[in-house]
Amino acid sequence: MDILDIRFDKRIQRIVPLIAIGSAGILGLLIILITGGNPLALLRGILRGFLGINLAAIGTQNPIFNPRYIGEFLVSAMPLILTGLSVGFAFRTGLFNIGAEGQLLAGACGAIVVAFMFPDTLPRIVFLPVVCITGMVCGMVWGFVPGALKGFLSVSEIVVTIMLNYAALFITNYIYLLLPHPNTVKTEEIPFVASMESPFLSDLTSNSRLHLGIYVIPFVVVLYWFIIDKTRFGFELRATGFNPRASKLAGIHVASRTTLSMGIAGAFAGLAGVMIAVGTFNYGRVLTGFENVGFFGIAVALIGANKAFGILGAGLLLAGLQSSQPILQAQGIPRDIILIIVAIIVLFIAMQQGIRNAIEASLLRRMVKTRRQEESLSP
Amino acid sequence: MNESIRILYSILTLSLIYATPIIVTALGGLLSERSGVVNIGLEGLMTFGAFVTAAFVLMFESMFPSMGAWYAIVMGALAGALLSLLHAFICIHLKGDQVISGTGINFIALGLSIFLCQIFYQQQRTPTFRRGFTKWSVPVLKDIPIIGDIFFRDIYSTVFLAFLLVVIVYYFVYLTPIGLRLRASGEHPSALESAGVSVYKIRYYAVAMSGAFAGLSGGIMVLTQDTQFTATSIHGTGFIALAALIFGQWKPVGVMWAALLFGLLQVLSVFGTSIGFVSTLPQEFFKTFPYILTVLALVAFSRNAKAPKAVGIPFERGSR
Repeated sequence: MDILDIRFDKRIQRIVPLIAIGSAGILGLLIILITGGNPLALLRGILRGFLGINLAAIGTQNPIFNPRYIGEFLVSAMPLILTGLSVGFAFRTGLFNIGAEGQLLAGACGAIVVAFMFPDTLPRIVFLPVVCITGMVCGMVWGFVPGALKGFLSVSEIVVTIMLNYAALFITNYIYLLLPHPNTVKTEEIPFVASMESPFLSDLTSNSRLHLGIYVIPFVVVLYWFIIDKTRFGFELRATGFNPRASKLAGIHVASRTTLSMGIAGAFAGLAGVMIAVGTFNYGRVLTGFENVGFFGIAVALIGANKAFGILGAGLLLAGLQSSQPILQAQGIPRDIILIIVAIIVLFIAMQQGIRNAIEASLLRRMVKTRRQEESLSP
Repeated sequence: MNESIRILYSILTLSLIYATPIIVTALGGLLSERSGVVNIGLEGLMTFGAFVTAAFVLMFESMFPSMGAWYAIVMGALAGALLSLLHAFICIHLKGDQVISGTGINFIALGLSIFLCQIFYQQQRTPTFRRGFTKWSVPVLKDIPIIGDIFFRDIYSTVFLAFLLVVIVYYFVYLTPIGLRLRASGEHPSALESAGVSVYKIRYYAVAMSGAFAGLSGGIMVLTQDTQFTATSIHGTGFIALAALIFGQWKPVGVMWAALLFGLLQVLSVFGTSIGFVSTLPQEFFKTFPYILTVLALVAFSRNAKAPKAVGIPFERGSR
């Protein structure tokens, strides 16, 4: 690696997540070892969470491979990828979207409300898209507010999105209880025509909750890549992220770009909420606290370096870790080790600048050394 | 005494109790942000402090029957300070992103607390403790009309601690030389550095203090509002404190008033159903109010924001 190379920054961006994942994995194993657990069980559990392959079942009557695990793995991966895209999209515009959690809840609530509005009057092919788009629009609105406040009044989007997360939690809980509900923790089930459930996919993965969202995800990931990397609008967003003042002088309307960027980020998170509400559960859930899908989106975006396909991979990685949690717990390893590992990854990525400086310093030292050797060799 | 007046008094007393952790955490956030380091990890630091406090209270129950709770919150404060050093190291020495680091702190604090619960107690929570703080009435003072009823009857001593901390922090930030340096570090760090004061050092102390305050507050919260530590013991109080810090415009007294208001709103959301006119409003209204109010305050103050000028920007030695 050459420090004078123009691609130095890009390489660092790619290397840091790998360093983070590697170190977090090693530290995770160490923690297990120190607390008296079996580190191999951690690796086996994670393997089973990802691929459904149960190594412990080799040589016994139990099936070695269970496709249900893959189904559930994908079910938890989809919202994570979407919130990752949401946070990543804002990052590319220089904005920190901690509000994916709230936008997700707004999206879920919008979808559920619409799902109850026209029972059995519309065919599924019309109704389901309407449900999804409403959810996305609700998420978008929840993103527009901090975006507009940032763009036009330069109010910190970080603080506003944190506040709106809690506002979303309580407001959606209130709305759910206005809908028909058998008890105070959930609404009634939505009609099938409004749901993303798919008997075919479910059968394929031995009765997992895998739903139609799996067909949508590839389109959304490509759309993200296309908007950011291939359109003029995306270029303006990135320029705004790099240097708002220069962008303004170049004729970009920074305020409106900031607003739109947060809005689109909100729409991604809103879709994540739609998938959880009308895909995974099929009813509205009154929550007592956050489920951290939006906050994990921050980790996903950071690990994926805010690139479309990086986020896809990072979402799958975190989902795999998440779905290994119950398996680990069953083997006597506290499930929260996964949260610790994710936290360590995030902390390492926060250190990006420090890691960068360290690499830079060591490269400089090497350069100076070779230079001295050359000088001493030449008379 | 009139029934409705007594309910009013008890609501105000409860508001003081609920405001206590918000005040203490927000004061910690104040120290950190006035020195130039954003700390959105307050929620996590509170959680970790609460866990450590709960664990020590269980251990101290037999060792120090009378003072165990006080020793335990000191341990909670130490734990918070220790964990916040990680945040300080990333933000100050490594010049990392302060918001990302804070997010990481929130994750690791929750993960570590529950993980250790599983290791120590084989469950996702601590066992219930018997010796948290107990309510008491201050002799003499409790007989003052009105004030005695609100402030000195059936109250925790930790409430007085919170108000004492407001005075101490005010004195420290505005009336001592180190306080001046703290403020300079958040407003114009390079000026401070050229005056021969280490910005790094000031920021390290400030972040460690914010961790200690948050840990202390988490401990107070678990010992006054709970009977055991669980993953939801803190349920967003760290973020409410962040809201109080902003609503109070980064000033100790302002922060205190904001925290008292948010405490009152929390009490109304929990006990509102039993009070005449309040019960017509949904409890979600009171829960949402602090957050919406903070957003509105940000909008209202956006023209002349009082946030420390250098907050969130890593300090580079030799920069101007």
